[in-house]
Amino acid sequence: MPSLLGTAELRNSERELQQFQLRVGVAGVAVLVAFCLLAARFFYLQVFQHDVYRAKAEDNRISIVPVLPNRGLLLDRNGVIVARNYQGYTLEIFPRKVASLERTIDELAELVDIQPRDRARFRKLLAETRNAESLPIRSRLSDEEAAKFAANRFRYEGVELKARLFRQYPYGDVGSHILGYLGRINTADQTRLEEEGLDANYRGTDFIGKAGVEASFEAELHGTTGFEQVEIDAAGRGIRTLSRTASQPGNNVTLTLDMRLQRVAEIAFGERRGALVAIEPSSGDILAMVSKPNFDPNQFVDGIDPQYWAELNGNIDKPLNNRAISGVYPPGSTFKPFMALAALETGKRRFNSTIHDPGYFEFGGRRFRDSKPGGHGTVDLYKSIVVSSDTYYYQLANDMGIDAIAAFMKNFGFGARSGIDLAGESTGVLPSPEWKLKRFKRPEQQKWYAGETISIGIGQGYNSYTPLQLAQAMATLVNGGTMYKPRLVAQVDNPRTGERRVVDREVNTRVRFRPEHVDFIKRAMAGVNKEGTGARAFAGAQYSSGGKTGTAQVIGMKQGEKYDEAKVAERFRDHSLFIAFAPLESPKIALAVIVENGGFGARAAAPISRTVLDYFLLGKVPAGLTMPTPEDEAAEAEESD
Amino acid sequence: MAVLESRLPFRRVFARITEGIDPGLLIIMLSLSLLGLATLFSASYENPGRVVNQAVNLAVALAAMWLIAQLAPQTMMRFAVPAYIIGLCFLVAVALFGDVVNGARRWLHVGVTRFQPSEMMKLALPLMLAWYFHRKESTLNLRHFAVGALILLVPFGLIVRQPDLGTAALVGAAGFYVIFFAGISWKVLATVAGLGMAVLPLAWGFLHDYQRRRILTLLDPSTDPLGAGYHIIQSTIAVGSGGFSGKGWLNGTQAHLEFIPERHTDFIFAVFSEEFGLIGNLLLLILYSFLIARALMIANSAATVFARLLAGAIALMFFTYAFVNMGMVSGILPVVGVPLPFLSYGGTALLTLFIGAGMLMSVHRHRRLVQT
Repeated sequence: MPSLLGTAELRNSERELQQFQLRVGVAGVAVLVAFCLLAARFFYLQVFQHDVYRAKAEDNRISIVPVLPNRGLLLDRNGVIVARNYQGYTLEIFPRKVASLERTIDELAELVDIQPRDRARFRKLLAETRNAESLPIRSRLSDEEAAKFAANRFRYEGVELKARLFRQYPYGDVGSHILGYLGRINTADQTRLEEEGLDANYRGTDFIGKAGVEASFEAELHGTTGFEQVEIDAAGRGIRTLSRTASQPGNNVTLTLDMRLQRVAEIAFGERRGALVAIEPSSGDILAMVSKPNFDPNQFVDGIDPQYWAELNGNIDKPLNNRAISGVYPPGSTFKPFMALAALETGKRRFNSTIHDPGYFEFGGRRFRDSKPGGHGTVDLYKSIVVSSDTYYYQLANDMGIDAIAAFMKNFGFGARSGIDLAGESTGVLPSPEWKLKRFKRPEQQKWYAGETISIGIGQGYNSYTPLQLAQAMATLVNGGTMYKPRLVAQVDNPRTGERRVVDREVNTRVRFRPEHVDFIKRAMAGVNKEGTGARAFAGAQYSSGGKTGTAQVIGMKQGEKYDEAKVAERFRDHSLFIAFAPLESPKIALAVIVENGGFGARAAAPISRTVLDYFLLGKVPAGLTMPTPEDEAAEAEESD
Repeated sequence: MAVLESRLPFRRVFARITEGIDPGLLIIMLSLSLLGLATLFSASYENPGRVVNQAVNLAVALAAMWLIAQLAPQTMMRFAVPAYIIGLCFLVAVALFGDVVNGARRWLHVGVTRFQPSEMMKLALPLMLAWYFHRKESTLNLRHFAVGALILLVPFGLIVRQPDLGTAALVGAAGFYVIFFAGISWKVLATVAGLGMAVLPLAWGFLHDYQRRRILTLLDPSTDPLGAGYHIIQSTIAVGSGGFSGKGWLNGTQAHLEFIPERHTDFIFAVFSEEFGLIGNLLLLILYSFLIARALMIANSAATVFARLLAGAIALMFFTYAFVNMGMVSGILPVVGVPLPFLSYGGTALLTLFIGAGMLMSVHRHRRLVQT
């Protein structure tokens, strides 16, 4: 390079280098001067003024104490309070201030009731939350106990009585998966809060939403922590308050849920496992969402009892899972109305197209059996839904082909997350050659075989959807093609300013099905409840409704083998499904029910749907359940404020 | 014999690994980092997981340093323009769809993680400027310095707007050092400084309320004992009460009674100072002086304009971090978000520092062999 430069430039280059070296010297001197300045400042503070600052540090007795905000309430669509706070006393131990934890607890046990489970819970808390300042040994003390301890407080160094707010779910286990629960802030939560810059606002807060709406709306519910300047004595106890910045309560969150409907639905399930989702078709609002078995969120409130926790976690029925959004099931015959609409919309079938159903469909030398031996004879589209002909849909699936089916089913949200405001939603599987290519590794598994399309038509094969997707599909079908994003929270209210934020209704996808097609399917589904597979469950109903039964196989049957319920272990019995809407004209509710291992759809799931619709449309309360009147609930609400 | 033979490949592997690593720089930085871990342990008794996290951060940063040290300055030069442009794009992206944390828009989501693009500019800007002045070697005139100033001002302005004055000051300083070392004339410098003084009252009007408050409280911390003033009062008490020899490791009352906010990040020096006293502080100053001196020496013997400008800027960047942070904690500079190099908790800052060190090592390895 230098050879290309002229001598003048070479000289320039050299001059620049010299200048650079001079400036490095200048920089070095500047650094030295600056550091000497710092050293002088340190010397001033740490030697000259040391006595002053040492005294200040010793007098540093003004402690900043957080003032906790009230957590926002959860209300249902009718304003019924479903999660609230109440104040209670807890007895807390400061582990760093006591010599022997065991001895302190033994001494406390002389004064207040301390059960072995309280000790177990305390040990668990101690192990989980390293270096916590104080941990509760007993919560929800009676007034008498609190008074007793207060009188003997001097005997217990490192133990304090604290007034704290507790979360309470007045309806117990009803809707537990939607409401969720609170839990103690653990190390992972702490790290997340720090990353999000929220740790200051959570100073003094012990609990945080761990599941359900309590978790997904944590930011709304928590509120803003206030601060109090408190003068403290040498032991760190407060003497007097110097100033106070009030906390601001969290926002109240109003759900779209109808808690009374939710209760009826849960009672209709009884002890059976399964899920139910009810949606308002005109808005996408979730009216009820059941997942059974459920749990009591009140048990989590003051640090869960290890025994109950083990019970929940060890239970093979997985009560903590929200089956309505995370469980995936083959839809079985409930898939047929959607297939029928697909056939009409794509022009593959017309209203009056008929087939002959001999009881099986033959393809590639293999016989796909109908659930009715001998078949249903001559079947048109209407009858195919009412009697639930398998043969009809084997043939239809084969005629349509997998690509057309997959493309059309996307309109209902099958195989896609709905975006509901709850954690843990499953995607489900809308089978297609692309899906198979992604799902499997080996080339021979990745290929889509035409034979696989056949059983897709009756909702079997790779089909698997969440109950939410099924209900959403039902709602989308009856409203003519608008798939709303399921809405769980209707509005958020600031209790202090009265400011109200309405959560917008969002549309996931919108298509227009031909109204005469939609009407046809609705009429066929009404036929199911009048003269078909749902007729027994809906006998004598005082409103019009449409439905479709479904039965989903849990274990595969070999060709020619017959399903015999008596011989199959309970857990391998078929799942019972039912989808429904009512009334026939401008439906107000669309729902999907699944009862795990419940057998035929008509037997277990359809009667549950009937109970729910009876209550929703007629206000008919199932036998053995007394519903509180709105006045009772209003009185209760007042009491908790 | 067998033992000796089996050792040989080890030695070769060791030689390969240490190739290009400047032991002086590395020893100083590791000493500082270990002091940092010890202080962090004391500062985060409520969350000991942080010490482990920081150790992991340190390992990652060391690996990054090693990688950079293997590159030739010429290779780094090729990254200068892309790094600068990508950095600018990120800053624009932040302005458009960044996350708002504590009222400032600084974070950008990338896949699963999020990061502060302004951090990247701390190295990308000096790289870019060094590249630019390198290309104009020996023909430098005032116009080139004007272009240099523009290269500096665009990212600087974007970061000021976030708003993040601390980082903006650091990025601006890093850029300024390159321009200074490139040889901008003292006259121009004095003029710009004079003009700057003149518009200072104007700039005051553009500051956010909290920024003005921070400057005002520096002058009189007692005006705001609960907000920004609280930080200064408490950290000054921590430093002062440390005395000549400190209260001893893990014995700082100011830190452990939670009087010091941000005690594991920006105010970790208060914890250090309280527990190790004046002796500790002087040791820290000496370590930083050695680090900066070593870096300036490397700059002095760099082979190309690019290399010497980059090395000089990095050397003074170390200085700026240390000076601003210690000055802020001891109450002679306003509170801005500047971490104490190698001691404050946080992976990104550590990564930037070690990558900077890696660049220094690369410059040193390809130094001028004949002194002129």
